[in-house]
Amino acid sequence: MSQTFPIFKREFLGYFRSPVAYVFLVVFLVASVGLAFFLSGFYKANVASMESYFFWHPWLFLFLVPAAGMRLWSEERRSGTIELLFTLPVTTLEGVMGKFLAAWAFLTLAILLSFPLPLTLAYLGDPDWGVIANSYLGSILMAGAYLAVCSFMSALTKNQVVSFVLSVLVCFVLSLLGFSVFTDFLSGYLHLPVFLVDVISNFGFTTHFDAFSKGIIDPKDVMFFLSLMGFSLFLNVVVLER
Amino acid sequence: MIEVKGLVKTYGAKRAVDGISFEVRRGDILGFLGPNGAGKSTTMKMITGFLRPDAGQALVDGIDVVADPVAVKRKLGYLPESAPSYPEMTVEEFLGFIAEVRGFRATDARRAQVDRAIALTHLAPVRRQTIETLSKGYRQRVGFAQALLHDPPALVLDEPTDGLDPNQKNEVRTLIKGMAAQKAVILSTHILEEVEAICTRVIIISRGRVVADETPAQLQARQPGARLDAIFRSLTQSDL
Ligand SMILES: Nc1ncnc2c1ncn2[C@@H]1O[C@H](COP(=O)(O)OP(=O)(O)OP(=O)(O)O)[C@@H](O)[C@H]1O
Ligand SMILES: [Mg+2]
Repeated sequence: MSQTFPIFKREFLGYFRSPVAYVFLVVFLVASVGLAFFLSGFYKANVASMESYFFWHPWLFLFLVPAAGMRLWSEERRSGTIELLFTLPVTTLEGVMGKFLAAWAFLTLAILLSFPLPLTLAYLGDPDWGVIANSYLGSILMAGAYLAVCSFMSALTKNQVVSFVLSVLVCFVLSLLGFSVFTDFLSGYLHLPVFLVDVISNFGFTTHFDAFSKGIIDPKDVMFFLSLMGFSLFLNVVVLER
Repeated sequence: MIEVKGLVKTYGAKRAVDGISFEVRRGDILGFLGPNGAGKSTTMKMITGFLRPDAGQALVDGIDVVADPVAVKRKLGYLPESAPSYPEMTVEEFLGFIAEVRGFRATDARRAQVDRAIALTHLAPVRRQTIETLSKGYRQRVGFAQALLHDPPALVLDEPTDGLDPNQKNEVRTLIKGMAAQKAVILSTHILEEVEAICTRVIIISRGRVVADETPAQLQARQPGARLDAIFRSLTQSDL
């Protein structure tokens, strides 16, 4: 895996060589903070909690993570640099990991840039730091899972628009699975047995993220996100080696 | 050094490479000729491990590309057809990245390799410029610098002089000729004088098959007194 680092470094610094990164960071912050303030009344609620901020993350990620991930492999394919990269002494796995980790680090940065929010809360009230830390952890893990799916999708095409649309679609389905409206529909209208509904909703992002935002770290949730990342990246490698 | 045995590659119903075999030793400069679409680039992509052959084998220094691609890639310098590079990086950053992936991790070693490659390909005036702002010829030189960077024992160059001005073409030829004593070089080209000028051997392929494999002198002897392009045309008739 030693070749992962130079690729990681090039990719991560690469974000800041173009204005796209700064635009992305600004849009991410404005959208995440804006949703919390204007749709959820961050201050009006009068509680020192970040719940209304994290509440929107699964939906925000649905569009912003594909926006960050759509170019990962499709751009390499379109510009032909994939030929350069894979005739250097690197394995496909090293290439996939280097690019994925760089994009994940970039998303983590975007998420952590909201740090003035908890600091303000601490100034105004007495927030539960444990819950906030867990929510951040959950959000970062969820972003990684979304991103791994996007990375896989972007390896399927040299067209970034196709890559974006595919990513949003797949991520949407994965979010929907855990959403209560959807599970109610499955059990209420389709009369699926409860255990089956549970199995299906278990593949949803929101199901696993909710626990984090309540301050609970369940190893099962961590494992869910990590295995989804592992599985998507595995498919990513397979597609590139084809 | 480079050994190719019965390579085959099919795209859909089209057989781009149809059983190509040859061998390149150290000290050889092999000119790889053929009409557009003959399968030159495809063959090179298989030798360098970018494409997996449908049949046949490519060996570099006795190592099978399919069996141990990373070991082969360490020994090869490869200039792909359109000299792809990351456009938002500067020349220096880009070559620094290549050096790092090539195993020059210490700052000094990396800088030494980058400086050497920049000097060889005359990139000094643009070393701090981003690649997207370079002219085509300079971008081509960046690709060439990248291939030479680790001083590899085998070079695979897909149209290395494409887009260069006459002075630079000459420069690149002299450079290749100068290095060739310790290296095995394969270069594809559409410029027949280039073959006469530097190649020690010529392979002409047509529709994915080898139609001539000899020295430039032997090629000339096929039709004494004729121009090389006339000989080329008669050998690749089936492609027209
Ligand atoms: N990705 C691809 N999909 C389908 N067909 C391809 C692909 N790449 C190459 N081909 C076909 O394979 C054949 C050989 O192409 P190749 O690029 O190897 O030719 P070449 O000898 O390098 O030609 P040129 O002198 O124009 O560079 C061509 O008929 C081309 O259309
Ligand atoms: Mg070609």
